[in-house]
Amino acid sequence: MNELGFDPSLKKKKKVKKEASEEAPSMKEEDMFAGLKKKKKSKKVDEKTDEKIDDFDKSLKDLSIDDSSKSDVTDFDKELEKAGLDEIKKEETKSNQELGGLPYNALLSRFFQILKANNPELAGSRSGPKFRIPPPVCQREGSKKTLFANVQEIATVLQRNPEHLIQYLFAELGTSGSIDGEKRLVLRGKFQPKQMESVLRRYIIEYVTCKTCKSMNTELKRESANRLHFLSCNSCGSTRSVSSIKAGFQAQIGKRKKAVI
Amino acid sequence: MSTIQNLNAFDPFADTGDSEAQPTNYIHIRIQQRNGRKTLTTVQGLPEEYDLKKILKVIKKDFACNGNIVKDDELGEVIQLQGDQRGKVGEFLVSQLQLPKKNIKIHGF
Repeated sequence: MNELGFDPSLKKKKKVKKEASEEAPSMKEEDMFAGLKKKKKSKKVDEKTDEKIDDFDKSLKDLSIDDSSKSDVTDFDKELEKAGLDEIKKEETKSNQELGGLPYNALLSRFFQILKANNPELAGSRSGPKFRIPPPVCQREGSKKTLFANVQEIATVLQRNPEHLIQYLFAELGTSGSIDGEKRLVLRGKFQPKQMESVLRRYIIEYVTCKTCKSMNTELKRESANRLHFLSCNSCGSTRSVSSIKAGFQAQIGKRKKAVI
Repeated sequence: MSTIQNLNAFDPFADTGDSEAQPTNYIHIRIQQRNGRKTLTTVQGLPEEYDLKKILKVIKKDFACNGNIVKDDELGEVIQLQGDQRGKVGEFLVSQLQLPKKNIKIHGF
């Protein structure tokens, strides 16, 4: 924060100096002009110079306004929002070059500090609030079954129909199961939470994330016309088709069926 | 340099071939739990031009497991192997049979 406090003042000082330096030569020019013109022509020239001075003042005001907007944090941030990150960096470098001094790294860190303080979503892609998926809770029920307690919770976080998720789990794990009274999923077979997590991760990649913008704010729709499932992104608006869940081959386990004679 | 670049026969909108030209010929490698710690690996969707019997023979020797070929009405012939051989089978299919890796889908946990 020391840097934060320190840097703008530096900037402002430099700007003041700059303005002064700008003023000085131009005023001299004006004076010179006025003097020259005064020598040649008397009254009209005076009016003209006055006008010129007015113009100059206006331009100066404009300049000062620009400066204030740049130094003003909120306005600056708004501008940053409009412009991309890269442009900001360019601006920073430009101003740096203009001002001479103030190392790029310091400016960059200051910029990111301000950005994080005011709109943390823009600073750093992963630092902001993110979708949090609760870890799957797996309990053993008896020796051959697994209780997957928080399917409903996970499905609501992913904005998916729990049945769709359960169907995927059955197909992927090659088992069957049922939902008990408290809406928990009972799976046949022994599964560790770690294993469930990897399957969930695959489900999220295939049926939840938007491939274009990587956001998880998506919707799964079923088009009745062609019986295809479509994934539409709520943040970027893109849609992609998604394959339906197929169970595939299931090997015969346990007792073989007796051949009907 | 004298040739006109625009007249080259290149259609930017033509199918590149690698997108979703043949969506159906995926090879699915699945795992199923049996009683206890035992598992079963199934390989479904191998191209028909391969002799499954010969492949199975090599696999059985390489992976030191038993296996057999199951004929399914809808899915054709499926290789069944004892134990969790998913990673090994996938590698085998890529290295020995030169099957593209993107066509192989490994399911299960």
